[in-house]
Amino acid sequence: MSLVELPTTAVPPARRRLAGRGLPLLRGTGLVGHLCAIVLLGALLVAVFGAAIAPHDPDLTNLSFAFVGRFQDHYLGFDSQGRDLLSRLLAGARTSILGPLVVVLLSMLFGTVLAIATAWKGGRFDTIVSAALDVLFAFPAIVLAIIASVVIEPGLKAASLALSVAYTPYIARVLRSAALRERSRDYIAALEVQGLRAWVICVRHLGRNMLPIIVAQGTILFGYAMVDLAAISFLGLGVQPPQADWGVMVATGQSGVLQGYPMESLCAGLCIVVVVIAVNLLGERLSDRSTLVTR
Amino acid sequence: MLIVTLFVASFAIYAAMYLAPGNPIAALTGGRTPTPQAIQVLEERYHLNDPFLVRYVRWLGNALTGDLGVSIPLRSDVSTLIRQRIGTTVQLVAFASLIIVVVGIGLGVLGGLRRGIVDNVVIVLSTLSAAVPSFVASIILLSVFAVNLGWFPVLGGGDGFVDQVRHLTLPAFALAFSSIALVARITRASVREEMGREHVQTAISRGIPYRLIVRRHVMRNAAIPITTIVGITVASLFAASAVVERAFTLNGIGAYLIQAALSKDIAVVQGISLVIVAVFVVVNAIVDFLYATLDPRVSLGTSAS
Repeated sequence: MSLVELPTTAVPPARRRLAGRGLPLLRGTGLVGHLCAIVLLGALLVAVFGAAIAPHDPDLTNLSFAFVGRFQDHYLGFDSQGRDLLSRLLAGARTSILGPLVVVLLSMLFGTVLAIATAWKGGRFDTIVSAALDVLFAFPAIVLAIIASVVIEPGLKAASLALSVAYTPYIARVLRSAALRERSRDYIAALEVQGLRAWVICVRHLGRNMLPIIVAQGTILFGYAMVDLAAISFLGLGVQPPQADWGVMVATGQSGVLQGYPMESLCAGLCIVVVVIAVNLLGERLSDRSTLVTR
Repeated sequence: MLIVTLFVASFAIYAAMYLAPGNPIAALTGGRTPTPQAIQVLEERYHLNDPFLVRYVRWLGNALTGDLGVSIPLRSDVSTLIRQRIGTTVQLVAFASLIIVVVGIGLGVLGGLRRGIVDNVVIVLSTLSAAVPSFVASIILLSVFAVNLGWFPVLGGGDGFVDQVRHLTLPAFALAFSSIALVARITRASVREEMGREHVQTAISRGIPYRLIVRRHVMRNAAIPITTIVGITVASLFAASAVVERAFTLNGIGAYLIQAALSKDIAVVQGISLVIVAVFVVVNAIVDFLYATLDPRVSLGTSAS
């Protein structure tokens, strides 16, 4: 994975005013941002209720229907095992979306805590933690996930844990500079003089004021997490078949692709692409906004 | 710092694999119950009873001389197994890097210099391609160009240079796909930024030929962030190629790493992980070095050329 801070482009004054202050989640992201949020909300709903609203049993195989196209209320047809494709896509949304969500929450937690702690304490603690994170940088996320699949066991748990650890240094590095900037503000010094305890300032004030950038980074990270987690499942080291998952379905559909029936792989791939586009566009806008707010 | 990182990383890899479940004796005997004498012989041959640190130091020492140990299931030298396959991976990564540099920078410069339709097309294209993971790109390319149109071979590596290029074209594009977007985006942003600088605007107003301005004043300065992003991307391709190699059943080290992980071939996973991490670290170090030569401000020792 390569997570890079994009150079911030100059923002016209009109948008600067739009960005405003406060928490309302989507203010200043424009029409595209709102559309993306709707797509993501839909995806999240499918992830939670997908298995329940699936018209057929996603695991019911019927080999005589293998690769059959659209048929009665099987709107997308069947996969190589004769399972209803639409139902599998709906059921597969759970691991494909909630998996990356867990990864994002974990690595944002690790990353934020490390970033604020190093920015607050500084000194030797900062040096040691930063050095440790630099070593972690040397491990590409996929390699870490492969190692985890051997050490723990192939599955969603090992893959999610490995990715959370792999992303932590990226998040910690971006947030640490934001935390340092915030730390040098006068209001923090004022709170310190008032005798508030360090962790209260960190959580209630510093952390809270960093929320826009934390949300923006988390959104961008979700796209990477989704792609990497699906790739690991595609490789057979993540979610295990026959469980429905978009990454797994791209892999199991590959035999169909070679025989000229690409529906399963393409549909699963398309689901991933749509969610990733929505999340990338929203993440970009949120991060444009967050650089305005924290500046 | 480079050495320290590699050292700690190698320790982490070895320690993690040491903790991995599984019994090497059982793997060696293939399920049969060995006699106590046989166990003793095997333990001595593979140094299974030595303390952890001793084994790590021996492994690292051997690794430095190019010996990565023995794959227990295959009873074969890990270094040899890697050497047989690394060529494919290097070719694939080189091919993909070439595509990323040519298409990514090309699109980025185009979008950066021309406002309006061209720029918007570049933005839409890069947004789309950024969201297509390499394995989805593999499937799409396979389906369209190999199965339906039959322009390219479906699977495998091929023999001879022309045939190899033909076999590697689709995998290389699949691998390059999402990275093209990243490089194009950074290139566009930095070209745009340089075009807006005062010295460039002054040069334009003085009537200096456009091409000369772009080459001397814009590209020269924009080259710094572009080099950084290309370097990071290329470094990460070695790990990412595992996915594409597996999708196209290419016989590279990435696909072999996956296969070894699935069959719990510890020595091979250790060896290839170490190679990939080392390549990643070294390429990043080269990028840092290039960065300093491109931008004399970075280190005072470098003379402005």
